[in-house]
Amino acid sequence: MTLLHTVNKSPFESNTFDICLGYAKDGSTVLLIEDGVYAATTGHKVAEKIKNASGVTFAVLGPDLQARGLENKLADGIKVVDYEGFVKLVAEHDSVQSWL
Amino acid sequence: MSVKKFMYVNRKAPYGTVYALESLEVVLIGAAFDQDVSLAFIGDGVYELTKGQNTKAIGQKNFSPTYAALGDYEVNKIYVEKESLEERGLTLDDLQHLVWEDEDEDYAEKDSIRLVSRAELADVMAEQEIILSF
Repeated sequence: MTLLHTVNKSPFESNTFDICLGYAKDGSTVLLIEDGVYAATTGHKVAEKIKNASGVTFAVLGPDLQARGLENKLADGIKVVDYEGFVKLVAEHDSVQSWL
Repeated sequence: MSVKKFMYVNRKAPYGTVYALESLEVVLIGAAFDQDVSLAFIGDGVYELTKGQNTKAIGQKNFSPTYAALGDYEVNKIYVEKESLEERGLTLDDLQHLVWEDEDEDYAEKDSIRLVSRAELADVMAEQEIILSF
């Protein structure tokens, strides 16, 4: 069973991202959406946590990243998806856990 | 009407919640009353000022250009907390360049953003008469 986790809160203002990481097993995907996209940028402690979570795939919703003006701060190794890509990820996984 | 020292404290990222937009609207309304206004951006509030915001694909209004108009309303004390930028891997270069024109100096263009430490901002906050938090 593979899970798609979505996180929509900033990792700097909420522990949602950390909780999610604790539950993200190898082979699962974490998709960062809305204010969750701030985790996908470089130069801070959260970026290190993503780097160290080797068995987990990270993706970020492009429209939310663009809205926040952070496309050029995107960390390496994080896949950018559009809304279609979001749907595709949902279809590819067995179920979805939307962390709120 | 006596002039009071107002500070608007912005602590939320834009778009995910409505706080940032609401704060900006209150600042603009308040600007009509000729008060001594300061804005503080701390925590995720610093994300409100990033340049290059493009909200087309999320179907929300991009209100970030409005920050550049604040100088015209004599809102020109914009404090950005250094620690908050650093914690998020940001520098002043990632933010909009906000300016105002000083009519006492032949409309010379001056920077509105003041990069300050948490301790310095705490001092500024302590001098305020009215603090509104978003």
